[in-house]
Amino acid sequence: MPGTVQSIERAAAILQVVAGSGGTLGVTEIAGAVGLAKTTTHSLLRTLLAVGFVDQDRSTGRYSLGAGLLRLGAGHLDVNELRARASNWADALASRSGQAVRLATLAGDHVDVVHHVFRPDDSVQVLDVGTRLPAATTALGKVLLASAAGRHGGGTGVGDVAVDRVELAEVRARGWATGRVGPDLGVSGLAAPVRGSTGLVVAALGISGPTSVVLDGRGAPRPALLTMVLDAAQAVSRELGHSG
Amino acid sequence: MTDRYVLAVDQGTTSTRSIVFDRSGRMVAVRQREHRQHFPRPGWVEHDPMEIWANTQRTAAQVLRDVAAADGDVVALGIANQRETTVVWDRATGRPVGRALVWQDTRTAELVTELSARPDAAIVAERAGMDIAGYFAGPRLRWILDHVPRARERAEAGELLFGTMETWLIWNLTGGPEGGVHVTDVTNASRTLLMDVRTCRWDADLLAFFDVPAVMLPEIRPSVGVLGTATALSPAIPIAGALGDQQAALFGQVCFAPGDAKCTYGTGSFLLQNTGTELVRSRSGSISTVAYQLAGEPVRYALEGSVAVAGALVQWLRDGLGLIATAPEVETLARTVRDNGGCYVVPAFSGLLAPHWRGEARGLVAGLTGYVTKGHLARAALEATGWQTRDVVQAMEADSGLSLAALRVDGGMTTNNLLMQFVADVLDTPVVRPMVGETVSLGAAYAAGLAVGVWSDVEALKRNWHRSAQWTPVPARARALSAEYPRWERAVQLSIAWGAP
Repeated sequence: MPGTVQSIERAAAILQVVAGSGGTLGVTEIAGAVGLAKTTTHSLLRTLLAVGFVDQDRSTGRYSLGAGLLRLGAGHLDVNELRARASNWADALASRSGQAVRLATLAGDHVDVVHHVFRPDDSVQVLDVGTRLPAATTALGKVLLASAAGRHGGGTGVGDVAVDRVELAEVRARGWATGRVGPDLGVSGLAAPVRGSTGLVVAALGISGPTSVVLDGRGAPRPALLTMVLDAAQAVSRELGHSG
Repeated sequence: MTDRYVLAVDQGTTSTRSIVFDRSGRMVAVRQREHRQHFPRPGWVEHDPMEIWANTQRTAAQVLRDVAAADGDVVALGIANQRETTVVWDRATGRPVGRALVWQDTRTAELVTELSARPDAAIVAERAGMDIAGYFAGPRLRWILDHVPRARERAEAGELLFGTMETWLIWNLTGGPEGGVHVTDVTNASRTLLMDVRTCRWDADLLAFFDVPAVMLPEIRPSVGVLGTATALSPAIPIAGALGDQQAALFGQVCFAPGDAKCTYGTGSFLLQNTGTELVRSRSGSISTVAYQLAGEPVRYALEGSVAVAGALVQWLRDGLGLIATAPEVETLARTVRDNGGCYVVPAFSGLLAPHWRGEARGLVAGLTGYVTKGHLARAALEATGWQTRDVVQAMEADSGLSLAALRVDGGMTTNNLLMQFVADVLDTPVVRPMVGETVSLGAAYAAGLAVGVWSDVEALKRNWHRSAQWTPVPARARALSAEYPRWERAVQLSIAWGAP
C-alpha cells in the first residue's frame, strides 16, 4: 500500500497484539508477535506509553491497553455494560443503606431502569429492570434532567418535560436530588449522578425507601444515606474511568 | 469495640484474590492479581505454582495493610481454590517439579481411555463416587509421575509432595520447607479419584489402581477447622477453612439444607445441590461429591453438574468472532431479536462434561439459515447456558429425587437479565441472586470464621444471606421452552456424533 506511514502501521500492529493478549505480554513477546526487532518495538512502546495508549505493569513489565485509548472509543456506553460495572457497588449500597437501589438512564421524558437491587429484607419484590419511570418527579430523573439541561445551556428545553428549572439548577449545583418514586407519597428516592470517562453524566444511581427513613422532617435527605449514595455513585463513576 | 474480620483467599483459574469480610458478610477490602496461562501444546494448560504463591502472599499482605488502619482484627484465613489443578513439589526445597496441570488440561485423555478399559476400572466409580475422567486430579498426578524425569522414584523415596492448589498454598503459608503443614480439605480430596468418598480416607486400592505412592499425599482434614498457622503473613493468623471453589460458593450461598442448590455462572457453570449426610449414587451423569465437613461432624454430600463452557462462549463471541466489544454487550445484541431464529449453539469446545461426559464431542451451530443474524447467534449462545443448566438439573433430580424449590445463582453472568430470565423459564423454577455476589470468597471466609467463632453456627450465616434479585418463571414461556427442549437435545447428540472418531 503506497503512502502509508510505517511507524503508524507498526504501532497499530503492536496495539492489536497488546489488545489481544489481555495484558500478559512483555516487550520480547510483543516484538516476536509483530516481527520487529526488540529495540524498535521498545521505542514504539515507549511512545505509546507516553501518549497513554498503553499501560505497563511496573512489577512484571507487561503491557496492556492504556486508559487514553479506551477513552477514545468510549463515546457510547452500553447499558448492559453499565449494569455489569455497577453491580458490585449497587449491591454494597443496598446492603449498607438497607434500601432498594436503582440505576437509570434518561430516555426523553422518562428514565429507563437499567439495574435494580432489592431492599435487603427478603420481602416480596419484583425486579423492574426495563421499566420506565417519569423523569420530572423522580430523584433519578431529576439528576439526569439537571445534567441534560446543563449540557444544552440551561434555560429553554429539556424536551417537553415540565420541570422546575430552579430545582434542576440546584440539583446540578449540589450533585444530588430527592423525589417521589411512584404515586405513593410514603416512598421517597435519593439519587446522584454517575459520570463516564469523559466526565458527562451517563446514569443516575439512587435508593428508595419509606419517606420517614430517607428524609428528615423538613424533606432533606438523612446525611448518612446521602453520603452512601454519593460514595456509591462516585465509585461507579471511577469504575467507568471517570477520574474527577 | 473492635470488629472481627476474616480474610479469604480465592485462588482461581485466572487470578488470585484476597478479600476481607466483616461479620455481616460485607466486603471490606479486596486485592487481586492475575497469573499467566501457559499453553505449551494444544489441549495443555499450565500455571506456575511459584507465581501463584507469590500472588497469594502479595495480595494477602496488601489487604491486611488495607484494613490495618480500620478498627478491626483479622482473626482467620479461609482458602477457596480452583479444583483438580495438580502440583507436585520437592519437600526439601519447596520447588515444584514442573508447572501445575490445570483442571482444563486434557493431556490425560489417552491415559484415561487406557485406565477405563482395565477390567478392575469399576472400582473407581464404586469407591471415589465418580467415573474416571481426565477432569480429576488423580490422572494428572499419574501423568506427572510417568513423564517428569525421576518423579516416580523420588516420590517413592518420600522426596516429593502432591497437592491441589489449597494444599500447595497452606504448605507454603505454614512455613514451606521449614515445617509446612501438608494437608488437604475433604472437598478437594474428593476430586482426586484417590479417596473413598464414604470413609473420606485415601483408598489403598485406588492408589494401587492409579499407581500413586501414598507417601506423597497430604493428610485429609475437615473443610471447617484449624489447619495450621499462616506464619508467612504478618500478623500470623490461623488457617481455619479450606474448600474447593464450587463447594465454597455452595457454602457462601448458605445451601446447608438437603435440596438447596446453587449455580455459579463464570467461565463454565457449576451447579451443586446439597444432599445432606447421604451420598447419592448418580446414574444420570451428575457427580457425587463432598459438599463440606465441619470438624467433628459428619460429611455433607452434594450432587454436582459441571459445564465446561458458559461465559467462555460469550468470550468467544467477543474474542473469536469480534461480534461484541465487551461481554455484557452480548445481552444488547441478543435483544435485537425476539428469539433464536431456529438456531442452536452447542459449545462443546473440548468435549461435554455433565451430564453427558463425552470428551469427543465438538461444538456446532445447528439450524443455520439465511434468516439467522448475529443477534440470533448471541441469543442462541446465551440460551446454550440455560439449556445446559436444564440438562444438569434434570439429571440431578433423577438421581436425588430432590426437586428444586429455587436456584440460587452467582457469578459474572448473573448481571445478564436475559439469561437469568431464560434460566427461570427453562427450569420453570425461580432464580434468586444474593446480595453478595462474591460467594466463593464469602464461603471460604464463612468456613474460617465459623471455625474460630466469628459466627456461632450456620444459622448465623443464614441470617447474613439476603436476596438482591429474583427472576420468576413465566408459565407460558416455560411451557414453550419445554416443548422446544428436544431440539436442543438433538443438537447435543449431533455434537457428540460429529466428534466421534
